[in-house]
Amino acid sequence: MMLRKQIDRLKKPFAKGSKYERFAPAVNAFDTFLFVPNHTTQKGAHIRDAVDLKRTMVTVIIALIPALIYGIYNTGYQYFIQTGEAFTFLDAFLHGSFKILPMIAVSYGVGLAIEFAFAVYRGHEVNEGYLVTGLLIPMIMPVDIPLWMVGLSVAFAVFIAKEAFGGTGMNILNPALTARAFAFFAYPTYMSGNKVWVSEASNVDGISGETILGSLASGVNVDYSMFEMFSGAIPGSIAETSTLWVLVGAAILIFTGVGSWRIMLGGVIGAAAMGFLFNLWGANALMQFDWMNHLIVGGFAFGIVFMATDPVSAAQTVRGKWIYGILVGILCILIRVFNPAYPEGVMLAILLMNVFAPTIDHYVVQANVNRRLKRKQHSATVQTA
Amino acid sequence: MSTDIKIRKGLTLRLKGAPTNTIKTAPPSTQFALKPTDFHGVFPKLVCKEGDAVQAGQPLFYSKYQDSIQFVSPASGTVKEIKRGAKRKVLEIVISADKKQQSVTHKLPSLDKITPEQIKERLLASGNWPFIKQRPYDIVANPNATPKAIFVSAVATAPLSAQYDVVLEGQQDAFQLGIDMLSKLSPNLHLSIGAKESSQIAQTKNCSIHRIKGPHPAGNVGVQIHHIDPMNAGETAWVVGAEDVANIGRFFQTGIFDASRTLAVAGHPLTSPCYYKSTIGALLEPLLDDVGAENLATLRVINGDVLTGTATSANGYVGYYNNTISVLPEGNRYRMFGWLPFAGPNIHSMSNTSLSWLFPKKQYTPDTNLNGEERALVVTGEMERVFPMDIYPMQLLKACMANDIEKMEQLGIYEVAPEDFALIDYANSSKIEAQAIIRDALDLMNKEVG
Repeated sequence: MMLRKQIDRLKKPFAKGSKYERFAPAVNAFDTFLFVPNHTTQKGAHIRDAVDLKRTMVTVIIALIPALIYGIYNTGYQYFIQTGEAFTFLDAFLHGSFKILPMIAVSYGVGLAIEFAFAVYRGHEVNEGYLVTGLLIPMIMPVDIPLWMVGLSVAFAVFIAKEAFGGTGMNILNPALTARAFAFFAYPTYMSGNKVWVSEASNVDGISGETILGSLASGVNVDYSMFEMFSGAIPGSIAETSTLWVLVGAAILIFTGVGSWRIMLGGVIGAAAMGFLFNLWGANALMQFDWMNHLIVGGFAFGIVFMATDPVSAAQTVRGKWIYGILVGILCILIRVFNPAYPEGVMLAILLMNVFAPTIDHYVVQANVNRRLKRKQHSATVQTA
Repeated sequence: MSTDIKIRKGLTLRLKGAPTNTIKTAPPSTQFALKPTDFHGVFPKLVCKEGDAVQAGQPLFYSKYQDSIQFVSPASGTVKEIKRGAKRKVLEIVISADKKQQSVTHKLPSLDKITPEQIKERLLASGNWPFIKQRPYDIVANPNATPKAIFVSAVATAPLSAQYDVVLEGQQDAFQLGIDMLSKLSPNLHLSIGAKESSQIAQTKNCSIHRIKGPHPAGNVGVQIHHIDPMNAGETAWVVGAEDVANIGRFFQTGIFDASRTLAVAGHPLTSPCYYKSTIGALLEPLLDDVGAENLATLRVINGDVLTGTATSANGYVGYYNNTISVLPEGNRYRMFGWLPFAGPNIHSMSNTSLSWLFPKKQYTPDTNLNGEERALVVTGEMERVFPMDIYPMQLLKACMANDIEKMEQLGIYEVAPEDFALIDYANSSKIEAQAIIRDALDLMNKEVG
């Protein structure tokens, strides 16, 4: 317990009544990562479950790691395929790491700085939610986006989408998707087209690195096999491409109960049904795109598993989660097919449903309220009769 | 005649240190205390002062805003001390017991012809009334109200709590008489019993019997009310503890206020947890010595079960309503990297982010560590898993935190008591103090709506 004593000594100037008391949340944030604090229950139940928000958030990060590692590899893989050089797994992985680790560092650096500042300003402990958001943001960006854009998107998301609403637990929109939406509308040339999805594509002439959905939207034939789409060896945002590894993450989230399986399953049902309907209609190439392929290309899998299930911005009631999930699925395919300007629909579908999630919950809860009112009227009539 | 009620949601915590079924006589207590803080919302007006000689059953204080409700001494002796806290709030009235143990005896009319008014009047005058609590608000019952029903729960599902089959052993006659008297106050008297077929309590007459099956909080009377005859706005129901019914019964047998309390003294730090025949307000120290509690300074002694009880100390006294004394080690220690998923297999978790699901039969040895820090409400769906009512607990809690009276009413505040949120305290990952929030909200409702 030497370390513990050292920390306690270091923390002395931040104790209550001491000089730097205001900055205690920032120091505590580091301390509580080393040690679960010695706080005991003061009111309410005397014993508590082992789970806390830190553990919950770290579970999400663990679930993200498979997709992240594959995304790093795929970045290198796409780069070397494009240049035609011979490469090993390690080469690809190193190339990807070289590109992606700085993005993660910028995202965490900027985001956590703002989070810490707000925690000190508001005088509450630092919430762990940003650990997930900060990893998600680089994972859903195109690989060649400049680092300052990452930083700016992060700042926008944390300020506008999160802290402006009151911080963790109060936000309406998913902060990570807000960051992406900000970049998407502020810097469209870096966020869409056929030169952004493959590392260094703009420096290599004549090779198209278009995403599958982008190709479909512009009427070009797709020459990837279903296996490539599923395993993820396709161009796209960094970690969204591999449905396989996203499913591994989904399995972790569902097993630990951290992610809502209802939202995930609802989303798959909604998207599959909508895709199937369009298959039947079949008026153009996008509509004819097989409904099963819709589920495995683009960001749908990543979005429905990691973004739509954000418990704060999603619907919060059991029934609400089903409705919310299904609508995200339906809207995602609808946007993909009907609006070729936005070849990928999942980001906008989730953000739109984020806005409507409180409305869904309102009607679900209102049904409960009405049941209670009805019961009261019933018992009143019984008494008078 | 009995109906079955099956509760599905909830959590039965398996803890080490459950009491064995032997009942011992508690070592005699030299001091007793009546604690006004046991009666939430009661503002005490003292009718005794330090040095007064009092008999068992003699009033020590009454409720300022309901002056017919008397609170009487559990023992005879002299008032040794009136302990006060901040703003001179009365915390404890300590009686040092004498050898004679004289009691106030009340004259009773013939029990065959006794009227509801006479029962009510005798209960109030004798100090038995505080045994009756009311829903909504979970406070001592208002004697002027007409309850739509009276509920008695003889099921205990909270971890380590006293089992009423043991508590009521040998008290069946008194229990039956208590039920008979209460049933005259309201024709709708509901008695909930456990699923065990052999239970003696199942033979009780003059009440509707409900067999309750399922995990904690199935034993909470609020959960039972919700499934038997839910509370609507403007309605009142009364709630009486199972042993308190027997105490009321004994009063109508003898005319003497009966402060008997059968206690389960339980917890894994104890060497021989078991049941004791004791008295309301008795000193805890002799009990704890007898049950083999060592290093008392490192332990937390709780009046009540580990989820809903009130922390006290070895120098404290038996509470007015609880049949359980729980003892836990204090958890003021650090755990390195304890937040890692699957770390600390000895700490139970309902969520699958720990390995608890691998050992469904394991008995745990918890301490009082918070296992984290309070955070914003983020995770959804975990409260609903332990809340077996047709109520949205998180939405209700948020309405309570916002003091939104209209919303609280719509979402079912009248149907709940703090104890119903105890498992939410336990299981929620944001470490929100749900019971305290509900208590404050009920007080607000009581003040604003009445």
